[in-house]
Amino acid sequence: MGSKNVKVLILKDSQILAEDLAPSGFDQKTATEKIFKAVLRKVGLSRGDIAYIVATGAGKDLAPHANSEVSVVGADALGGNFLYPSARTVIDVGAETSRAVRCNEKGRMIDFVINEKCAAGSGTFIEAMARALEVKLEEIGPLSLKAEKIISMNAQCTIFAESEVVSLIHEEASKADIARAIHDSIANRIASLARRLGIQRDVVLVGGVAKNIGFVNSLQRTLGVELLVPEEPEFVGALGAALTPLKSGGNEK
Amino acid sequence: MKEHWRWPEYRRTVPGKDWTRASIVTAGVDVGAVSSKAVIMTDGELYAYSIMRTGASSPDSANKAMNWALEGTRMKLGNVQYVVGTGYGRVNVPFANKAITEITCHARGANYIWGPTVRTILDMGGQDCKAIRCDEKGKVTNFLMNDKCAAGTGRGIEVIADLLSVPIEEVGPMSLSVEKEPEPVSSTCVVFAKSEAMELLRKGWPKEMVLAAYCSAMASRIAELLRRVGMERDFVITGGISKNVGIVKRLENIIGIEALPMKKEFDPIIAGAIGAGLFAKDFYEKE
Repeated sequence: MGSKNVKVLILKDSQILAEDLAPSGFDQKTATEKIFKAVLRKVGLSRGDIAYIVATGAGKDLAPHANSEVSVVGADALGGNFLYPSARTVIDVGAETSRAVRCNEKGRMIDFVINEKCAAGSGTFIEAMARALEVKLEEIGPLSLKAEKIISMNAQCTIFAESEVVSLIHEEASKADIARAIHDSIANRIASLARRLGIQRDVVLVGGVAKNIGFVNSLQRTLGVELLVPEEPEFVGALGAALTPLKSGGNEK
Repeated sequence: MKEHWRWPEYRRTVPGKDWTRASIVTAGVDVGAVSSKAVIMTDGELYAYSIMRTGASSPDSANKAMNWALEGTRMKLGNVQYVVGTGYGRVNVPFANKAITEITCHARGANYIWGPTVRTILDMGGQDCKAIRCDEKGKVTNFLMNDKCAAGTGRGIEVIADLLSVPIEEVGPMSLSVEKEPEPVSSTCVVFAKSEAMELLRKGWPKEMVLAAYCSAMASRIAELLRRVGMERDFVITGGISKNVGIVKRLENIIGIEALPMKKEFDPIIAGAIGAGLFAKDFYEKE
């Protein structure tokens, strides 16, 4: 139950049967009901076929039908480690929060750091910058890979950075260079968050922002370690939640 | 489309003064991130000033503010014997003889406006917020600044004024018109606080309640800075947000100390420029 999207994933004997997402919108509960039904329909199942439902994410208390819930960091650890058993650090960059989670070989969360106070360390930052730059969110990542010059941004705050992007455009910096500066800037903040936890390999990057190739590149460069990025990084939290009953980590409601 | 964040720009000449009889004419130019202020002083006293929005270029903004302050006085820039630049764009004031940081200038300016009893100055500007401690001479003894985050700065107020379509000068009074003070919005970040405000509006909260929740969160944020620098009386507030009674009243409630009231003949926005004008006089006399 993310702040931007609700993700539903169905697991059968540790195999992913189906997954899908929908915008959380103004009424996250209704949005969840709808996408949950849609995913069930996709695989020809009904509510009664589902043995156990675990909710996670910012809106987990609103989840309909949930039997139990698990913390976002616990879910990240389980999901990340399930996809990459060598993973010991999971970095999750979502729409409004970011976190770095340490886990053991069983996928159990050992320690974590989290930022939920500042938009500049979350996907919201890139969205706002894409608007200021007048490029589509999906395009800003690939665009940044075409950068030729390294510009560094002074502003940290999303509000101030918007003005800075506008000034950079006025100074006729190329959009690609600005896009790279934007990704470098958020990557720096995520890297210092992760360094507070301490980086232990292997490192998995998950969350919606992990789909942005420009960000992945910047973070990889900043951290100096290779990042493992799953094909569908935004579903890793839901995957972790679905794995919880199998690992008996959830708290009964 | 109406721009609700836009505050009034203006100039003023202090009535009943003749600059041609002054022995020293100096100027202080404070180019802030959001507003540019030019102050002309005759023998160390306020003579004329202007306040306007800072444009894309600092030198242009400095020139414009200075020319506007001179307007109608028959004074020419050449009549000004010494100019000190201050503020975010202080090194980009083309006609300045020297540049001094705005922290030093605000302390000096506050000491001039309110007198030697001032010990703590809160400068709430467009893009930063500073808590400054000073001695009886207006010399800075310590300071703390937030210039990294829009929360607690004028930009934060502009954002909410625009969101609610409330003219920025009305944000404060409107926020105080609530019968019961609501809980402050829980987010510090301006971006998240804006989403939270939108959610409250959707829930049917009236504008004044949303403004109250927003102003109160901002006041607690600023109070933190003051607490960290250590408060001592007398306490004064300068900068644009000092005009927002909704923030000031809530801030005074939190810290339990009232700020000295603004002196009629001054505008709290020009405190830094006044300080710069006073330093200009010192330098002129020394040289």
